[in-house]
Amino acid sequence: MNGLDGLYQQVILDHAKARHGDRVLPDADASHFERNPTCGDEITVQVRLEPGTERIAAVAWQGDGCSISMASASVLTDMAVGRTVPEFLALTEAFRTMMRSRGVGEPDEDVLEDLVAFQGVAKFVMRVKCGMLAWVAAEAATREAVTAR
Amino acid sequence: MTTEAPAPAHPAAHPLTEDEVLRIRADFPILQQEVNGVPLAYLDSGATAERPVQVLDAERRFLEQDNAAVHRGAHTLAAVSTEAYEDARATVARFIGATSPSEVVWTANATDALNTVAYGIRNATAGRGGPEADRFRLRAGDEVLVTEAEHHANLVPWQELAAATGATLRWVPVDDAGCWTAEDAVARITERTRIVAFAHVSNVTGMIAPVEQVVAAAHAVGALVVLDACQSAPHRPLDVAALDVDFAAFSGHKMLGPNGIGVLWGRHELLDALPPFRTGGSMITTVTMEHADYMPAPERFEAGTQPVSQAVALAEAVRYLEAIGMDRVRDHEERLARRMLDGLAALPGITVVGPPADEPRSGLAAFVVDGVHAHDVSQYLDAKGVAVRSGHHCAQPLHRRLGVPATSRASTYVYTTEEDVDRFVAGVGEIRGWFGAEVSA
Repeated sequence: MNGLDGLYQQVILDHAKARHGDRVLPDADASHFERNPTCGDEITVQVRLEPGTERIAAVAWQGDGCSISMASASVLTDMAVGRTVPEFLALTEAFRTMMRSRGVGEPDEDVLEDLVAFQGVAKFVMRVKCGMLAWVAAEAATREAVTAR
Repeated sequence: MTTEAPAPAHPAAHPLTEDEVLRIRADFPILQQEVNGVPLAYLDSGATAERPVQVLDAERRFLEQDNAAVHRGAHTLAAVSTEAYEDARATVARFIGATSPSEVVWTANATDALNTVAYGIRNATAGRGGPEADRFRLRAGDEVLVTEAEHHANLVPWQELAAATGATLRWVPVDDAGCWTAEDAVARITERTRIVAFAHVSNVTGMIAPVEQVVAAAHAVGALVVLDACQSAPHRPLDVAALDVDFAAFSGHKMLGPNGIGVLWGRHELLDALPPFRTGGSMITTVTMEHADYMPAPERFEAGTQPVSQAVALAEAVRYLEAIGMDRVRDHEERLARRMLDGLAALPGITVVGPPADEPRSGLAAFVVDGVHAHDVSQYLDAKGVAVRSGHHCAQPLHRRLGVPATSRASTYVYTTEEDVDRFVAGVGEIRGWFGAEVSA
């Protein structure tokens, strides 16, 4: 597999087009904006928790960026909904660890599921922030949603 | 400006021959390599240029044989170094048509040079510099004029200056292609205008500024003209005296020279009156515990230990460019830009920003691929060995006006071949298909 195919796994290309969660969440508990100043990519992630629980009920985002950052936001939407806040934050940390790995090691597919497709991104130091953008925003929005209670 | 003829060709355009370009290219060790298994086509010279072996050797030779601190010490190497350092200044002065080497101030880069002017004016406004500095002092109602196309380095320092002094920052708007006109600039130059700052050549659109008309309007109201020459000094003849500007700034690393050295050129009488903003050793005449008097230019702006080997290497880069001839450098790059534009124009879904095809532009093209983000464009090209830049190119307001968060930019130089350009165009032609953007866009 050459560098390009390793970076742009089919999962990424598909999600970059499908863009799950690319919408406005009218009744969000929190919203967080992140921007990558080096490339101008930006995203706002909104989070709603289930009433009375720490479970993520809904995630939505709006942004503009490369296929890596948009696909990452789309996968995030699929994976975050239904998790408790601690579960989601742990997943974010696992994803961050993989993205900082420079592509070395075997990612745990049981934990990361579709996110393993992003392991190739970790080899491209200039693109790691693209992959992390939505997650950093979602992490902050989730914490803010909990605090706002 | 008067020296610019209409596109496509200059009256006596004589681009480099293919053999000449190949000989030049052979001087650049970095271009002899493969990237991702294919020969490197380096089309990011607008960001930083590569260096020929002559420049690398000059710096190494200086460090191996001559290196010492300049303008201090009486030993042999100190004298040799000082001479080399000042000879380098004279070489750069000649290159840009300065009336004297003392009009050339070494800075860290163009950003540093522009900040030197902006902070000098700020210090003057704060009362520093005595009566000579009065000409720089900004007062309530004064205006600083820039354009919407500026690189952040020629925008943010003026924002800071305006905020610190109470002056008003105004700007010349750009059109849908990212270009501005002399008419629009002149219309915004009034009795209130004190400073007009703009890029000679845009790093995004490649537009060549109408320097002559803007300078005439600015000088008619007593405003100073600050020229960002980052994309002109390396790529076309630059004659600061003929352009009649007041200050000009450019960077060594964009013109075959080292990082860490740049140039602020200014009119002698202005530099001698402008208060320095970086103070310390080497720029003073007398220092007491309460007070210091400053040297005239250029030393008053060169506090602290200086980038000596970088200055020596930059002078070698200048000689390298002079040996080719800056008019031929320009003609070569304009021919490549034409080839690039023609190639891109034949592709569906590609929008090139900048002047229309029949107007002058420098040897670069920034573009948008419909349905594919600029990052993905440059990543795809990188896999083909073609290095282009993607992003906002330090010009966020311009990109906001163009309605895109980022563009991709291919930029040429003396070592760029037609083959580089053709590989670039071929690569761009594959991108929409590869990313599946042909239908969804």
